[in-house]
This record gives sequence, structure tokens and C-alpha cells, in this order.
Amino acid sequence: MLNIALPKGRLGEKVYEMFEKAGYDCPSIHEKNRKLIFENKEKDICFFWVKPSDVNIYVERGAADIGVAGKDILLEYEPDVYELVDLDIGKCMMAEAARNGYIDQIQRTKRVATKFENIARNYYASIGRDIDIIHLNGSIELAPILGLSDVIVDIVETGTTLKENDLAVVEKIVDISARLIANKSSYEFKKAQINAIADALREQTEQRKEKA
Amino acid sequence: MEINETVLKEEERIAFILRSLYRQYGFLQYKMSKFEEYDLYANCRDFLVSDNIITFTDTNGKLMALKPDVTLSIVRSTRDIPGYVNKVFYNENVYRVSHGSHAFKEIMQVGLECIGAIDDYNIFETVLLAVKSLSAISSEHILSLSHLNIISSLLAELGLDKEEQKQAVRLIGNKNMHEFKKFCEEVQVKRNESAARSIDEVINILMLNDEPSKVIEILESKGCDVKAVNELKALTSMLNAAGEGERIVIDFSVVSDLSYYNGIVFKGYIKGVPESVLSGGQYDALLKKMEKSQKAVGFAVYMDFLERYFEKDEPYELDAVIKYDEDTDRRYLFNAVQVALNKGLKVTAQKEISDKLRYKTLYRIDEYGALKEVSNA
Repeated sequence: MLNIALPKGRLGEKVYEMFEKAGYDCPSIHEKNRKLIFENKEKDICFFWVKPSDVNIYVERGAADIGVAGKDILLEYEPDVYELVDLDIGKCMMAEAARNGYIDQIQRTKRVATKFENIARNYYASIGRDIDIIHLNGSIELAPILGLSDVIVDIVETGTTLKENDLAVVEKIVDISARLIANKSSYEFKKAQINAIADALREQTEQRKEKA
Repeated sequence: MEINETVLKEEERIAFILRSLYRQYGFLQYKMSKFEEYDLYANCRDFLVSDNIITFTDTNGKLMALKPDVTLSIVRSTRDIPGYVNKVFYNENVYRVSHGSHAFKEIMQVGLECIGAIDDYNIFETVLLAVKSLSAISSEHILSLSHLNIISSLLAELGLDKEEQKQAVRLIGNKNMHEFKKFCEEVQVKRNESAARSIDEVINILMLNDEPSKVIEILESKGCDVKAVNELKALTSMLNAAGEGERIVIDFSVVSDLSYYNGIVFKGYIKGVPESVLSGGQYDALLKKMEKSQKAVGFAVYMDFLERYFEKDEPYELDAVIKYDEDTDRRYLFNAVQVALNKGLKVTAQKEISDKLRYKTLYRIDEYGALKEVSNA
């Protein structure tokens, strides 16, 4: 049985559609109930929904053989897993944003509010900028407005939230999209099944890109 | 007194088996002290799995470290005798930050190192012992083998310089071929040079994961680094001849830091253990960095993963509890305990019983000194 961890929410549903299209369906997943685990014995697969930021943990620790996680989560937690396919969905970017008209005062330590501490630390270290990290768990956009921080490092999808709060992207840090990840040990023992799924999903991704 | 094997935890039993295996093959045990001077590790930080080290100041003011690694100490203490190969094994606890919890952890590590005039036979013997070590743990194991020179020559053919190769190797280690492709394309655009081989062809080679004969055939047909491919071929055919070739695959995502490792590298997996339990390879570059002219090959088995793997939920901690009171004749009590021991039971004598204690049978001693069963779970 191949265990597959999917991220709860809109992205997860899109991902499941891709699995379904590739022939790895599990009809019971559409039933309205509170079940957490869905099995398709015939296909020898088992899906479960987990919090998006937990997918990497399930896969790294082998509770799931494969899973789908955002690149933001992979960069933040750096799990020891294989990253097999860029699914090219759930696309957005990790960016530094600040209030409109913001000017970087390079003589001062930059105060950065973020949920993604590791990504922010690595990014500013790579450009040699001294920073003070302010870890927040949500409503990051508030920080520069209230003067808690100079900038924020956060996921930017459409930019609407930023615009409505008089903020703007200063610098793109990295592109984000959903990735198919696999446990390194599971891969060795179930590689035929994992590779078949990876190939099928990769093919769909390529087709979608060609259409666009 | 004879040792009753049932008291050994499974990982302890395996550690004994591995030690006697290495001993048979002529490896001598290396015993190291718990603390080492911090300088030893500071100079080769990148070689360590994690660069967090527990340090403290010794009474003489020297900065000491609780050993995070065994290999560096062995390398340092090895004397250079021309033509000779030092073969040592160890069974030590090391202190590292565990990946998942970001906290320091004590990890039992068993491993071996060959340092000196290493030749192809020493490399074969080391890989053979790695396979045998995995077999000792479980029959369901896989040894993934790779040759770093094949990877670095492919990357050189793509036009990547040494620094870029290091970044590319990290992506190869995660089988992250989409970002690998992007990275190589960016480098090629920057250089504006035509590469000797197409990126897609290199990706197809790097993604190979199959039994050695099949992979080697492809490598030969694609004209990959001839010397390295021949080394792999000779090694795997020797392993086949030794009857240990069955559970070996070639997988180029087994990579290590190119500034320390070179040539053959490998990782071992056990079905049901989420991480690799064994890791090793040739590390001549580390010796060069430590200003030694010898070559080296070795591996380590991480025993901490095995604890969970072999964990069995036992319904009882004890077979028997003998309850006695103030009036019980102590000679009767001792006899009763002996009777239970002779039956091979795990037994304790108690006046009161904790509700946390899980036991199978509760006994008391009657007025004639005989064991009477009170309850049986």
C-alpha cells in the first residue's frame, strides 16, 4: 500500500484531481463524512489529508510514502526527502514587501516580520544584509503598517492584500509551486509505483504548460 | 554466568553481531574518549553531518567538544605507514542535532574505516561489509551505490565549474531534476558556451535507479567517465561473485559533499525505517585537507533508527510477582524466587504492587512455603 499525504484545502483538491486524472482515484474521498483516510485497495493506494505545513513531516518520517507540499514549506523546513516533480500548480512567490515609498536604510539593521524565518534568514545572509527577525504567525501585513517591522517576507499570490494595505513587493525571493515529494527509503522499496505516479503527474504538468 | 540473549535489546544484539563481523575481517576496535579538542572539528565543519557541536571549557582553559563524529578522530590518530592499510572499527555514542527535533541527541554509531594505501580490494571489502551489516539487521535491505566521479564528469560536460557543481549535487541528492535543469540552463546562458552533452541526456542518466548490470550497460553506451564506470563494474561483479550482489542498486542521488568525498559512495536502507541506516564511501579529499597523503574508505551504521524498528509492544514487563508480607519467612521467600528463576521467569518479590507494573502472574507464599497463584492475566 502506498500512503499519499495531501494538503488540506483548495490546493489539495486540485492535486487530488491530478491523481484522479492519472488513474489513481479513490471514489470514497468524495463522500461527505469525517473520515481522515481513504483507501483504494485495487490500486493499492491510500490518501489522507493533513495540514499543508505538516505534509513534509509525514513524508520525511515515512508515515506517508509520497505527498504534495508547497516549495515554501520545503525551503522553510528543509526536510530530507526527494523532490520528484514540480506540479506547476498553487503558483505564487515568496517576496519581500514594504509600505509604498519605502527606502532601505542600509546603515540600520533591517527589521523583518515573517512566518518563514529560515527562508528569510537564508535570503538576507545570501545578500549580506544584517536583519532582526520578528516571527509572526499571521496577519504579517500589519507589521510594517504599525511600525513593528521595516519589511515583511511572505507569500504573495495576486498582490491584492498588499495593495489594499498600501504595501508593495520590493524584491522577489523565490518562485513557489506545489511539489511531489517522496520519502527516500520508501522510494527504494516502492520505486516502480512511485515513478509511475511521478511520470503521470509530470506528463499532465507538461501538457498543461504546452496548452498555456 | 552465561549471558541470556533475551535480555539484549535488538539493537544491542546487532551491535554485537556487527562487531564480531568486523573483528573477523581483521578490523581492530578503536576506542575514543568522550571529549576532543574543539579545533579538530572546527577545521572540518562541513564534513560533519550537522555543524552544531556541544562545547565546554576544560579546566586548563581549552575549548573541548563532546564528540559529534568518530571518523575525524580516527583519521587524526592514524599513522602513515607506506603500503599499509589501517583497519579499525568503532562502536561509540556521538552527539548531534537531530534533523527533525533540532535538539541534541545521543546516537549510537557502529562503523569502520580503512585508512592508508587503499586499493580496489579494500573498497570492495568495505562495500561487502556494508552489505553484510545490512543483512545482519534485516533481509529486506537495499544498498544504493554511486560513483561521484561519474557525476562530476557529467556536470563538467555541462560546463559547470567546481562551485556550481556543489550546488548541482545538492539538487541531484534530492532527485530535484526540474530545478537542476533550470540551474544548468541558467549557467549555460550565462557562459554562452555549448555543452558537450545535453541537459536532458544528463538528467536521464542521473535518474537511473536499477540493478548494476543494467545501469552500467547504459553508462557504457552513453560514453560516461570510462575509468569510473570500469571501477563500478569491477566492484559490482566482485560483489556478485561474493554472493552479495542481489540487493544492490546504482542510484546517483546518493551524493556527498564533493570537497570531502570522491569515488564510490553508498547508502543503506531497511524496509520500514524511514531514513538511511548506513552511509559511507571514499573520502580521500578529507585526508588531503588534514594534510595526510593516505586514502580512506569507510561507513557508519546509525543504530538510533533501529530502536523504533525493533520496538515490540510487550504485554508484560515481568512474568511473575511474588507478594509477601512482614510475617513471611524470608527463607521461604528466597526459595520461591529461586523456583521461579529456575523456570526461566522474570520475577520480582514485592510487599506492595504498583498499579503501573505490568505482570503476568501474581503469586503469594502459603504457610508451608509453596507458591500459590493469586491471579493470572
